Amino acid sequence: MIYREAGQYKTSYASDQALLPIRQDRIGLLLILVIAFVIVPIFGSSFFLGSIMIPFLVFALAAIGLNILTGYAGQLSLGTGAFMGVGAYACYKLTSYFPDVNIIVHVLVSGLFAALIGVIFGLPSLRIKGLYLAITTLAAQFFLEWCFIRIAWLYNNNDSGAIEVPRRYIGDLALTGPTATPVTRYLVILSLVAIMTLVAANVLRGRIGRSWMMIRDMDIAAELMGIRPLRAKLSAFAFSSYYCGVAGALMVFFWLGSAEVEAFDINHSFLILFMVIIGGMGSLAGCFMGAAFLWILPIVIRFVPSVLGIDMLAATTEHISNIIIGALIIFFLIVEPHGFARLWQIGKEKLRTWPFPYASS
Amino acid sequence: MTTATAGDSKTEVSTTAGSTNGSIPDGSTTDGSIPDVATSDGKATLLSVENVTLSFGGVKAIEDISFDILEGEIRAIIGPNGAGKTSMLNVINGFYHPQQGTITFRGKPRRRMRPYEAAASGIARTFQNVALFKGMSTLDNVMSGRSLKMHRGLFWQMLHVGPARREEIEHRQRVEEIIDFLEIAHIRKQPVGKLPYGLQKRVELGRAMAMEPDLLLLDEPMAGMNLEEKEDMSRYIIGLNDEFRTTIALIEHDMGVVMDLADRVVVLDYGRKIGDGPPEEVQQSQQVIDAYLGVAR
Amino acid sequence: MLAIVIEWLNTLFVAPFVDMFSLPDFLLQVLWEGFVSGVLYALIALGFVLIFKASGVFNFAQGIMVVFAALVLVSLHAMGMPAWVALALTVGVMGIFALVVERVVLRKLVNQPDAILLMATIGLTLVVKGAGQLFFGGEPKSMITEELGLPTGSSDWEVFDGIVIFQHIDIAAAVIAILMVASLGVFFSKTRIGRALRAVADDHQAALSVGISLNQIWAIVWFAAGIVALVTGIMWGARSDVSFALEIIALKALAVLILGGFTSIPGAIVGGLLVGIGEKLFEVYWGPIFGGGVEAWFAYVLALVFLLFRPQGLFGERIIERV
Repeated sequence: MIYREAGQYKTSYASDQALLPIRQDRIGLLLILVIAFVIVPIFGSSFFLGSIMIPFLVFALAAIGLNILTGYAGQLSLGTGAFMGVGAYACYKLTSYFPDVNIIVHVLVSGLFAALIGVIFGLPSLRIKGLYLAITTLAAQFFLEWCFIRIAWLYNNNDSGAIEVPRRYIGDLALTGPTATPVTRYLVILSLVAIMTLVAANVLRGRIGRSWMMIRDMDIAAELMGIRPLRAKLSAFAFSSYYCGVAGALMVFFWLGSAEVEAFDINHSFLILFMVIIGGMGSLAGCFMGAAFLWILPIVIRFVPSVLGIDMLAATTEHISNIIIGALIIFFLIVEPHGFARLWQIGKEKLRTWPFPYASS
Repeated sequence: MTTATAGDSKTEVSTTAGSTNGSIPDGSTTDGSIPDVATSDGKATLLSVENVTLSFGGVKAIEDISFDILEGEIRAIIGPNGAGKTSMLNVINGFYHPQQGTITFRGKPRRRMRPYEAAASGIARTFQNVALFKGMSTLDNVMSGRSLKMHRGLFWQMLHVGPARREEIEHRQRVEEIIDFLEIAHIRKQPVGKLPYGLQKRVELGRAMAMEPDLLLLDEPMAGMNLEEKEDMSRYIIGLNDEFRTTIALIEHDMGVVMDLADRVVVLDYGRKIGDGPPEEVQQSQQVIDAYLGVAR
Repeated sequence: MLAIVIEWLNTLFVAPFVDMFSLPDFLLQVLWEGFVSGVLYALIALGFVLIFKASGVFNFAQGIMVVFAALVLVSLHAMGMPAWVALALTVGVMGIFALVVERVVLRKLVNQPDAILLMATIGLTLVVKGAGQLFFGGEPKSMITEELGLPTGSSDWEVFDGIVIFQHIDIAAAVIAILMVASLGVFFSKTRIGRALRAVADDHQAALSVGISLNQIWAIVWFAAGIVALVTGIMWGARSDVSFALEIIALKALAVLILGGFTSIPGAIVGGLLVGIGEKLFEVYWGPIFGGGVEAWFAYVLALVFLLFRPQGLFGERIIERV
């Protein structure tokens, strides 16, 4: 009843093609944006902003990047962590060389470097498909990790081998570094993620996004429609790596404050892949759901014992959360391979007829 | 019917030996090596296949076959299973490259062409096993046929206002016309994976039509259909040929359909051509009857 | 300018070989070390091949199964059981594991595309890893080598004016691996079950329609892979302790599979040896040029280069796409 589309008919193709054709969806999104931009910064604690919302947004952005490559274009990638690293180190070098340029500009530019690396490691995708391609992304992951350690120039030759984020400002407002408040950092990340999500949604519903999906579903048929496979695949790699690179730069500069190579290791690649799987491959909303789930679940698991009064080591909760996440992945794959996003869609379908269970939609 | 192409089909100019079809008992012959020759029908040659041989390892799928397709006609390719019909289409498409022989399209001979080049030069096709994009809706599948005609760059795609949006809507209109013509409007938003086989074949036809091809290759478009569906499909094919002037080559097993639809027929058996001409003539040929029909209708 | 190029070419293409042959006994040692780790990679790859060959599933969890099997064995022994009893019980545990996986995971995902099954095994990896760490603890443990009757100590071989040292356990590992491969090879080609396994690998539905019980076959195959994992775990653990770090090393088996093909048992061996020896050679003789640590990625880059020229691996079948 609430979710009825009745009465909302489209009179032009433009309105039919809109991102959110259903009015309830638009209202819902507006609500979410208001909550995100206004309510959360005002009422959220430092902990909530700094340790929950910021990481969630960063991972959601990386998940969008991976989802574009794996969920929409069908090229399985296990190198997400490394591509994030490329963005982070690129941003670091850029701001080291050009400290006066606004850091946000550097973040956006650093994505381009990640895109370039992504294209290079995506080149084999013309000859190599599926699982084999995943292994070449593993090559990218381990090789780039090695580069992050060996090429001292990347971290300005400092002894610890880690990047220390310098303080950057916009006017008088501290953006990065110890003096930057969680609210500031949160709003910067939120704005960037919101804009980039919109851009991704636009590209995905247009000709380029369609070409990716064609390659994913049947690349032979796509070729017979005139799509050049290499061009489509490389554009997917480029676009996806750009997003991962920006996410990496944001992760270091606006969240962690410093980073060692471990921040971009294979475990992170898998983490983001899990977010994409659980959230739903081929769904942008799913990226957010997956990121929220996989980031917040371990935190919740960590808190449950103390709430219940049971004493548990941090390591133990980590093991338990591994078990639960693994079991959930299997569960989802059995029950709904398309992840949370499809469950959400099905839920919306049910909402159409609720509270009349015997009506058909 | 014009196609906006990037004009990037690779052509190799090769000298073709004059092909003769003298060994085949048929009435009409066209010397494919001279382009645009007016035949007795007054139509120009759109595609000609000359002495094409295709083998996989030791197996000869196609052996020294020559025939032509005239502009605006409906050409049926028939023959028993394994005769090499689908392989022939794959060769025309650029999916397989023949070891010998030449394909001449619109007067330009070509040897090795990639499938997207064939698409760009105006050749579209459907498949025996329905090669739709199962993860996408009907509308998106048909829209995917417009890929070659959409050019707006990344920048406008990202914003989706102005030029990109206009282009999308412009092509959407065209696609909706095709959807109306094929009577699949009621399923346009459904994912094609869920559709019944007959409808899937129709969507595939729509996708091929969206390319606005000069030559449309149909691989068993009626397979698995009941009488009613076959009548619908025949209607669409005739409509395509009449209204949109699309040249059609189709592989078909149903002789009734072939008799009704085709202007001319070419018959294959074990990779060789054993018949070439109007349907009535081919039907009477003893060689064809022995190989294929069993009983003259 | 030319001098720099020549210098660079020399460093890359000449000097390492000079190094190699100037100390031939050291070269032999390096080759042997590479051979040994190659054998162990091959064993891990073997587990992958078994399951892939029979079910088309890429079992991402193979690596963690190795760790798990070894941990079970060591823990059972630590609880006071004699080595051979612990071994027998561990075999039983792996059998139960196979049954559980088949029942809970595989049966429910029968008709899903391979990508889904792959991801299910990734989920399985997490579960086993978490459970393993929870029940056995994360610290490295030592393998009960002597108790199992495996040889310890080493022998020296004097050659080329130098010494090459062979650890007995390494020799044992090589022998056991060869035996394992041989018996698996025979099993697949000669026995009824082996034939059924190959049928299932080819086409699930066709196999079902001739009366092959998929569930049974899968349980058998995962059990076999579990045994291979156990053997691998014992061998690895004997050389370096049993720890969860092995899991990442198992990723290298992917590179092995690329070289050897995903469905070939001899291919797993050849691939394993190529990767093992190649990696060691590259690290020792070229590593210093790059600042060391190249073992981390060499295998993958080798696989990548290989894929560009031969997408189906050394022994795999040529993929012909038909429309």
